[in-house]
Amino acid sequence: MKKNLFYEFTKGLWNESPTFRQLLGMCPTLAVTTSVINGFSMGMATSFVLICSSTIISFIRKLIPNQVRIASYIVIIAAFVTVADLFLKGNFPAVSKALGPFIPLIVVNCVILGRAEAFAAKNNPLLSFADALGMGLGFTLALTMLGTIREILGSGTIFGFLTFEPWVVMILPGGAFITLGLLIGLINFLKQKANKPEVHAACEVK
Amino acid sequence: MNKLVRMIVVLTVIGLISGGILALVYNLSLPKIIANQEAETKAAIFKVLPETKSYKKIISGDLAYFDCFADNGEKIGTAILCQGNGYQGVIKLLVGVNADFSRFTGMTVLEQLETPGLGAKIATQDFESQFKQLATKPPIEYVKNMKPEKDNQIEAITGATISSRAVVNIINKTVEKLLELK
Repeated sequence: MKKNLFYEFTKGLWNESPTFRQLLGMCPTLAVTTSVINGFSMGMATSFVLICSSTIISFIRKLIPNQVRIASYIVIIAAFVTVADLFLKGNFPAVSKALGPFIPLIVVNCVILGRAEAFAAKNNPLLSFADALGMGLGFTLALTMLGTIREILGSGTIFGFLTFEPWVVMILPGGAFITLGLLIGLINFLKQKANKPEVHAACEVK
Repeated sequence: MNKLVRMIVVLTVIGLISGGILALVYNLSLPKIIANQEAETKAAIFKVLPETKSYKKIISGDLAYFDCFADNGEKIGTAILCQGNGYQGVIKLLVGVNADFSRFTGMTVLEQLETPGLGAKIATQDFESQFKQLATKPPIEYVKNMKPEKDNQIEAITGATISSRAVVNIINKTVEKLLELK
């Protein structure tokens, strides 16, 4: 059970990373990662909604009739998104302004509905919580990574300090695709490399 | 039938609980949100007219501006809310004018949706500070790739002429309207 819990938590970070492996939630990934702080805040807001909604949905999964499950999930998700939106507006107005319409749009982020449908609806609350935490952190990590690369190359700044003449395309939508594509390529390459010795060993045993 | 009733009941209960929680959170955060907006307005006015101690909001027609007063109650200028279309969306900005309407005292961008890294630079200190001490007449002009020579000129941002021009046009139009009123 404990090992299982750990597995559900870590799979979101690397093996089933929502951004790099499942390619879910691409809209905020591409749109808001123009700076480190934007990527990180978006990741945290999404994680909050993901963790709360996954846990709640898992608690009441047996009460929800199959026919109205999607509608129920969306109502619960939308409620948490609005809470997150109001919280950011009240306490972090600058972040809220920078992310603008993308906070309300977390409602339709397919990572959240995807986890609700694929995991929380079938597993107990503890496992769902671990799964959501891992997925949320994986999403935050990916967005922060993209934000860091794009901020350094696109604005020539790191947390606001100027380093060199910026490469403006990185901050435009094209830069998001370039960065994401290269990162996914890199991760696939690393995965392939890591898997090779295993395959080799298996052959030898035979 | 039983299934139908259950569907309706479950969805209604979920909706009611969510609605209740949202009403609560909304009421808790509303004062903070309003306070934030007020603080933002205050900070913006202070930025364009640093000596302001108190201000009065005036709305006439589709124009909104703040008459700003110093410590001793003397009017030191006006902060005018301007808005218009930029390259990708509406630009909202605040521009300060001194008491006799001869010079701008500063400009600050409140809201913009320009291209990050290019047009969005209209909201940087470098661009905004160009409006300090700018003459109000003749209307503001922009120049490209050179230092401004006359005192009604600003230098447009390289690669973001449309956004720079939008800011200039928005200010010129609003100031013109306000002068007609006075």
